[in-house]
Amino acid sequence: MRAGEPLPPLEIPVTRTLIVAGAIASRDYQDVHHDAELARQKGAPDIFMNILTTNGLVGRYVTDHFGPAAVLRKVAIRLGTPNHPGDTMVLTGSVEEVDGDTAVVRVVGANKTGTHVTGTVTVTLPAGEAAR
Amino acid sequence: MSDEQAHDELGERLKEFAGRPAAVAGRGKDPVNAPMIRHWCEALGDTNPAYTGPDAVAPPTMLQAWTMGGLTGHQGRTGAYDELLGLLDASGCTSVVATDCEQEYLRPLRPGDEVVFDTVIEEVSARKTTRLGTGYFVTTRTEVRVDGEPVGIHRFRILKYAPAPRGPRTPRPRPVVNRDNAGFWQGVAEHRLLIQRCTACGTLRHPWLPGCNACGGPDWDTVEASGEGTVHSYVVMHHPPFPAFTAPEEGAAGPYAVGLIELAEGVRMVSNVVGVPYDKVRIGLPVRLVFRRYDEDLTLPVFEAVDR
Repeated sequence: MRAGEPLPPLEIPVTRTLIVAGAIASRDYQDVHHDAELARQKGAPDIFMNILTTNGLVGRYVTDHFGPAAVLRKVAIRLGTPNHPGDTMVLTGSVEEVDGDTAVVRVVGANKTGTHVTGTVTVTLPAGEAAR
Repeated sequence: MSDEQAHDELGERLKEFAGRPAAVAGRGKDPVNAPMIRHWCEALGDTNPAYTGPDAVAPPTMLQAWTMGGLTGHQGRTGAYDELLGLLDASGCTSVVATDCEQEYLRPLRPGDEVVFDTVIEEVSARKTTRLGTGYFVTTRTEVRVDGEPVGIHRFRILKYAPAPRGPRTPRPRPVVNRDNAGFWQGVAEHRLLIQRCTACGTLRHPWLPGCNACGGPDWDTVEASGEGTVHSYVVMHHPPFPAFTAPEEGAAGPYAVGLIELAEGVRMVSNVVGVPYDKVRIGLPVRLVFRRYDEDLTLPVFEAVDR
């Protein structure tokens, strides 16, 4: 693990099922995340992914790469353009800095209309794995 | 009182909410538990083995989920937060969207942990106009505890806003037609792309000008472009978004490519590159002229990517 190291991209097909299942699993019942008709009344073209699901996917992207022994310390994200059904979000990332067994990873998730999420994830690896 | 003054007054009132509690000793509706962890992992496709088995921990990013009120709402929410949201609703800022989430995980949560949390309204922004509409950013900071011990910090920012009115699609700006370029637009009306040619020295020129840059000659005639060309250079417009220039399939105000097209005849012109995603436009891309009708009064020469 060294600064500048890229993470392989992860493609997330943004299905209606993912949006609804993510919203309910995070106990977010805001109608814009499951009811297309009400989402349209509020000015959105369709339902869109909630921030908790995006946050979870960003965390998953980093732990998928570093393995089950990696421990998330911080996840900080900012949302841009929404994730709608039919979109594909491509997560990309790179190690921004390394301090001992802790790394800061910069993550970007983009779909066809632009950047859905930017963020940083601070992750700690067990001593043996950090030296890889 | 003008609208502007009314908004400023509201802004001042909203700012006073900073530092006030939004929730005091709120309790998670369920203890951290394996079924909710499993549902989360299924939904997000997270197969991390750390989240299953006898030593399972909860995915750290579930931190907020344990504090959610669900369909029946929160206990522990204070009057201050409801008052703040009520003021915003009353001012027309009825829509809400989450914009930022910053979480710090102090120790893993495990099944059986009973979550208690305090939330403080950290900041209410001045009035901001975004693509969604005009409103206020509200930032809260939540400290999550188990058995009195802090386990995580959760900072959350929402935009409470009045949706921007969705009028008819913004029309494209009209071309400015004058004595020097009227012939060009006359050609476009006939679906012909006309290049000016100096009758003194034969040099082609575009855009249309009153005289020749090469010899200064004032006289000219025209040559009809074959329509073949290549992308000589291009830019992609991301911000600020101009819905008028965006193809409908690319979203209301998504990015679009503006190309400098080198025509087969040698002159260059600025136009849109269409029929190809904005991020697939490249220098050297072969393109062909098409006349695209944007509305009943406007047809423009644009360039379509072609396989050659």
